[in-house]
Amino acid sequence: MNSNLKQMEYRQASAARSGLLFMKNIPGIAYGDQVIITDHANNQRHGQVVQTSDDVIMVQVIEGTEDMDLERTWVRFLDQPFEVALSTDVLGRIFNGMGQPKDDRPPIVSMIKQNVNGHAVNPAARAYPKEFIQTGITAIDGLNSLVRGQKLPIFSGSGLPHNRILAQIVRQAKLLDEESNFAIVFAAMGVSYSDALFFRNNFEQDGVLSNVVMFINQADDPTLERLLLPRTALTTAEYLAFEENRHVLVLLSDMTNYAEALREVSTAKGDVPARKGYPGYLYSDLAGIYERAGRIKNRHGSITMIPVVTMPSDDITHPIPDLTGYITEGQIVLSRELYAQNIYPPINISPSLSRLMKDGVGKNDTRDDHLRLANQLYASYAKALEVRNLASIIGADDLPEADQDYLKFAQEFEQQYINQEENQPRSIFESLNIAWALLSLLPASALSRVSETDIAKYYHQQKTDAVKED
Amino acid sequence: MPGKLTYINGPLVKAILANASIGEQVQLGQLKLMGEVIGREDNTALIQVYEDTQSLKPGEQVIALGHPLSVELGPGLLGKIFDGVQRPLQQILKQAGDEIPRGLDIPALDQNQQWPFIPNSSLKIGDKILPGQIIGEVKETLSITHKILIPPDKIPLNSKGELVEIADAGNYTLKDPIARIKIIGAGQNKEQDIYLSHHWPVRKARPFLRRDQSSEPLITGQRIFDTFFPLLKGGKAAIPGPFGAGKTMVQQQIARWSNADIVIYVGCGERGNELVDVLESFPEMIDPKNKHSLMERTILVANTSNMPVVAREASIYVGVTIAEYYRDQGLDVVMVADSTSRWAEALREVAGRLGQMPVEEGYPAYLASHLAAFYERSGRVHILAEQALEDKAFDNKDSELKGSVTLIGAVSPPGGDFSEPVTGHTKDIVQTFWALSKELADARHYPSVSWTDSFSGYVDETAKWWAAEINPNWKAYRALCLSLLSQSQELMRIVNLVGAEALSGKQRWILLMAELIREGLLQQSALDDVDSYASPEKQFLLLQMMILIYQQGLGLIELGMPIQKINSLPMIMQAKRSKSIYSSEQLTDLKAFIEHLENEFKQLHEEYS
Repeated sequence: MNSNLKQMEYRQASAARSGLLFMKNIPGIAYGDQVIITDHANNQRHGQVVQTSDDVIMVQVIEGTEDMDLERTWVRFLDQPFEVALSTDVLGRIFNGMGQPKDDRPPIVSMIKQNVNGHAVNPAARAYPKEFIQTGITAIDGLNSLVRGQKLPIFSGSGLPHNRILAQIVRQAKLLDEESNFAIVFAAMGVSYSDALFFRNNFEQDGVLSNVVMFINQADDPTLERLLLPRTALTTAEYLAFEENRHVLVLLSDMTNYAEALREVSTAKGDVPARKGYPGYLYSDLAGIYERAGRIKNRHGSITMIPVVTMPSDDITHPIPDLTGYITEGQIVLSRELYAQNIYPPINISPSLSRLMKDGVGKNDTRDDHLRLANQLYASYAKALEVRNLASIIGADDLPEADQDYLKFAQEFEQQYINQEENQPRSIFESLNIAWALLSLLPASALSRVSETDIAKYYHQQKTDAVKED
Repeated sequence: MPGKLTYINGPLVKAILANASIGEQVQLGQLKLMGEVIGREDNTALIQVYEDTQSLKPGEQVIALGHPLSVELGPGLLGKIFDGVQRPLQQILKQAGDEIPRGLDIPALDQNQQWPFIPNSSLKIGDKILPGQIIGEVKETLSITHKILIPPDKIPLNSKGELVEIADAGNYTLKDPIARIKIIGAGQNKEQDIYLSHHWPVRKARPFLRRDQSSEPLITGQRIFDTFFPLLKGGKAAIPGPFGAGKTMVQQQIARWSNADIVIYVGCGERGNELVDVLESFPEMIDPKNKHSLMERTILVANTSNMPVVAREASIYVGVTIAEYYRDQGLDVVMVADSTSRWAEALREVAGRLGQMPVEEGYPAYLASHLAAFYERSGRVHILAEQALEDKAFDNKDSELKGSVTLIGAVSPPGGDFSEPVTGHTKDIVQTFWALSKELADARHYPSVSWTDSFSGYVDETAKWWAAEINPNWKAYRALCLSLLSQSQELMRIVNLVGAEALSGKQRWILLMAELIREGLLQQSALDDVDSYASPEKQFLLLQMMILIYQQGLGLIELGMPIQKINSLPMIMQAKRSKSIYSSEQLTDLKAFIEHLENEFKQLHEEYS
């Protein structure tokens, strides 16, 4: 009934503050509608209806409400939600959060347009992800395997090399083998110019640029655009995966900037805050982004997602990493301590986890002993860390001999297993073999997580084993 | 008279709607979105919407539907996956594709499927009919025979029911009447049809005769639960744990192995892929009780984290109402709610948008009472149908009909902080508390249930069952085991200060024993075919074996045998592995091994004395 509104412009802006514009007495404006605002300087700004009623309409202005002259501001309601044009022409291009070109090339023209918010996928339509992706990084492949369609974030801290790890995964991940059948969607929220450039150069060097779509919002771009950006990027990813049958890797960097933008808006809207000023719906909001990863039955493509979350003050219990961890299928946690010891990639094994690993590895996918071996490494490393802790108190020399083995194991595990050359990918079998070589530093009797068959097959202790005397 | 939308703010909308009652269902706008009236201010109704409100406009019409949120209860529930307001997701997939369209009106149960109805043979025309009475049955799945009940609200108070007509055995759909009853009383005298299914409002607990006083443990096949922190059928338990602590695996193990008749798994604001995992793996898993597929006894309710938040609040009630319905047929039902924190957050979100005063961490003041009311719907009860039995057979006063609903709620405390409101209030309500520990999970000690932070208020009652069914020593052995674990924790503190040398032989033996108990008894691999399930007999044998090793080892130490030598005996290593060597069907072998242990120890004793 309001289709004629499409063409109408209004000037009833009654107030503006913190990115919100309030309009009075415009009937029949739909919740979530897209808005185009022409300000006094004749510049276009974009907005979205975030609350509507018979008397007041609240519009969130992406470019902000600063220096708006309300008397000379014209607002047009488009009677449609935010949409993005989709075609395979997006590959090799750079866009902003609204899907507008950022590379001085023409906008995408296509008949296919999709609402950026997407729709909730029917859980019954999902296919369970279980195809192993070899990233070439031992600490991931061996202990926290990534599978196609998984969402596995990197929990990092400021100054830690998460960007290098992301770039390395893009370079090495075996899904790159299937020429032309893959795509990378890179969504950058509030990143620095140099970080954006780093990724662009890396993609270029790897020769994958023509398979990459970049959505970039730099640190000095409008904050509110960050709320739209991952949605635009994921709508594009969904098109590439489920319409164009590509295996899409989505990199989201950095979700902390996204959540902070959300807090900014929710505070302005007067929402009741939950923890640390973040709105109570942060969980649902993040889930609306992360849950868009996955596989769908009878579709060939997939969306694998690696978001980066920089933990404020390295605090893993901060709401952003905390809620992320509850939604994603595991997490890769980086450690400042390991990084200081020059260990790359500085992956902190203990808190890292891949929930989908159990179905993606083993006999038919990698090797029969893989899962038990990973479990054993975890258990042994945990024990070794306990011993190291003890050694720091009473001194390593006072430890019994059995414990000395563990100290050695912890040291070697970090140096040989976690640590690896940035440009030397390891195959999963190399990673598994290194693990057995390390476990052979410990007596076979201490390995209760692997089976006796595994020990017979792979364990190769050189020195005499104290237990064998019986 | 249709009303008119006036205000939209996310899932909360307002409409001018005269005479709408609280809890009433409404249909909104051209899209026909589903919503529920949650408040009234003069002629304005506050409505929470179960679906995404995007592109809804002020001025659109609102229709009150005249009934509260209800579920359809009847054959065809088992093996299905429903969304938070009981829409059948597999059916939606067939009808509408990969995404869930908005405003879809689709019945929960297949109205055209034929069910083989067998009438209750003891019923005759003219018999008195009572609420909740069983009038026949339908073989719903290979595992479950579904009892057809007179809806509890069919016969009002002060009225009597009388059987007018009952269908012969044969195939009927949910649309075919299978009986006709006359309702007499309160000036009324009308006849009503009874169908295979009926509706029930989800926020109203289904009635029962009385709570049952006897008790029986819920066996989950998981040693840390059954042996250490038991739960009763009809009990209430919580599983709090930070992310990555293994909550999902624990719940799936319970859904897979527990000795209930029906398992209802409510995925409330959790991951889509976890439900897919259940959907894909359960049909291939075998129910240990009857060797049929696990899906034959399972119902899933799914509101994944990306689905609309208000339906998340409803999903818990949908699940528990279905649970009560199967209880009313005399079955033992376990409902697992993952996670009650997301449900509480949904409450908080709506409360926040309503502008209600927040108390702790933004949660509304009624959080605790809502939680308590939900858990109160658990219990082991004498079902309504028992009334009809007593009434019929005067000579058989013993005839009892019992059913139970066991509620297990996962809790996801932010930052793993157990002092936050949802965990705190839940802890006050539940009797069994299975606290998951991040430290244990980090060391891949699964299930990562902490033996220091967990508790069970059912130990004494369960002990009676163990004494009668398995072995009277259960309680003492369990206590000794827990005491060894806690002593070792104390001793570790000393070791961390002054080193292991300061400990006496006995103390060092306790440390080693604690490690053996942790690895050989508490740890249980869900992924190992043998270890995944342990029968109560096997659990007791392993427990007994630990106590034997402890006591025998202690004796040998007193005789002067070096601890390292005891610890490196091959049979100790084998004891550690016996959980995954001997399955619950090979207990004679396990018994033989324990006997072998005893003999070996005897020899050592002779050697050293």
